Amino acid sequence: MKALELKNVDKSFKKRRGEVVRALDGISLSVGKGEVVGILGPNGSGKSTLVRVLSTLVLPDAGEVEVFGVDAVRHPKQVQRMMNRVSVEASFFKKLSAMENLLYGSKLYGVTSREARPRIGEILDNIGFDRKRATEPMEHLSRGMQQKIALARALLTSPVLMLLDEPTTGLDPRSKKDVQAFIRKIRTAHDSSILLCTHDMGEAEELCDRVGIMVDGKILALEKPDELKRRYATNGRVPDLEETFMAATGFSVEEASAEKE
Amino acid sequence: MRGTVKPLWLTEMVAVWGYVQRNYFLTKRYFMWEVVWLVYVTMNAMAITFIGAGAGEFGARDATEFMTFLLVGALLWNYMSVLFDVLSETVSWERWEGTIEYTFMSPSSRVTHLLGMGFYAVVYGILQTALTLGVCYLFFDLDLSRANYGGALLVLAVASVSLVGFGIVAAVLPLLSPEKGQQVSYIVSSVLLLVSGVYYEIGVLPGWMQAVAVFSPVTYALEGTRDALLEGAGLAELWESIRVLLVMGVVFVPLGIFIFHLGERYAKRTGKLKRSG
Repeated sequence: MKALELKNVDKSFKKRRGEVVRALDGISLSVGKGEVVGILGPNGSGKSTLVRVLSTLVLPDAGEVEVFGVDAVRHPKQVQRMMNRVSVEASFFKKLSAMENLLYGSKLYGVTSREARPRIGEILDNIGFDRKRATEPMEHLSRGMQQKIALARALLTSPVLMLLDEPTTGLDPRSKKDVQAFIRKIRTAHDSSILLCTHDMGEAEELCDRVGIMVDGKILALEKPDELKRRYATNGRVPDLEETFMAATGFSVEEASAEKE
Repeated sequence: MRGTVKPLWLTEMVAVWGYVQRNYFLTKRYFMWEVVWLVYVTMNAMAITFIGAGAGEFGARDATEFMTFLLVGALLWNYMSVLFDVLSETVSWERWEGTIEYTFMSPSSRVTHLLGMGFYAVVYGILQTALTLGVCYLFFDLDLSRANYGGALLVLAVASVSLVGFGIVAAVLPLLSPEKGQQVSYIVSSVLLLVSGVYYEIGVLPGWMQAVAVFSPVTYALEGTRDALLEGAGLAELWESIRVLLVMGVVFVPLGIFIFHLGERYAKRTGKLKRSG
């Protein structure tokens, strides 16, 4: 059974002046159990909408979304028990401490404070987060530290499917490396399947078993990084992932993002 | 955690406690602002009660009774406002912080979510109202010699159920618009203020407003608490108000949750849950 399977998923949004934006255009993809699949795409390509559809936060217009064989649109509660998400914005109650936020987050999944506290300590140690700082308000923590707490919040509920939406965007190089190392650890130690949306080529290549390229709500290709690069080889030269992205889309990630803006 | 299997009712109870505890933490973090707000609410109740004190100058027969009548109205109005504010403000807050997405993607049910917030609002509202009553008691010569406090509390407790239902309806608005939704939610409370006889007898209203008042739980809550506090009415005399409030609770809570569900579906269809702050 696949951890995640999407078939022909469409989603459009109406803008104020009657303009319709097609955020997802016939998306089909699957993530195997224990697999890490990366989706590379510029800003506005539909990556976040894809994650929101999978998180049951946006209803698709058409298509099928299944998590471990369960229809995510018809049975959202069953699906919600199996997954968690980390987004580019580490959304927390900023006045509350990291510990208070984590305890609150775990209770929504039926995990009591008594059960959660030792687990929180263990996770914080694993991600190199000083336990003493867990009692400080979130607003006192750096973005990198907040993002680590966001990862801890997701992991605390032991999801079998993790949705990571640009988890390292905007982080300093050190925090980025820490978070990436932690994602590797989640994969090996927790047997989770991961969908990672990013516009960082190196991150996708390093962390993912398969990588897809997403532009204008469509997935243009989804293969192992080496196969994907070989597909766009010219005159026997295998390009790097960035060149592959350019060859597939006609833009660099930056150009494609700028075009959207 | 994986491997820990609890019955559904227990996971939902843990989640209810999570919502209550979260709101408590937030209140604690803004404690000084809560004190400032309590001072405002108390002064507001006192100012309204002074209208009663001044009514004697205009020939009112029993200024003391009128003062008590007004104070009960002011306290109940404040209590209802607290319920509405806690519910809609929390949704508004969650929209700004972006945590609403994490709440909505958690497996705890919407009923658990809304009733958890509602329960906290009731406890917070009762404490605030009791403190305000205590202060006003020191300042005014109130006519509470025959008061049946137990009866008044019972009426308030039963009324809280349907008021939470109304509060849930008001909380839909900030879900759809974090910028203006909460302000628009005041429309719900202002309609209740106008028609329910908070500061006057319903009999002074035009006929069509009196017809609207029949559907307001505040009307029966005021009737019951005033009878209990001013006349010392017992359970048998309060039963009519309590009976109507029970029926309203049975209708308004599911109705509020249904309307919130429609709002949530709309937000999920149009992608409105995205962080706005």
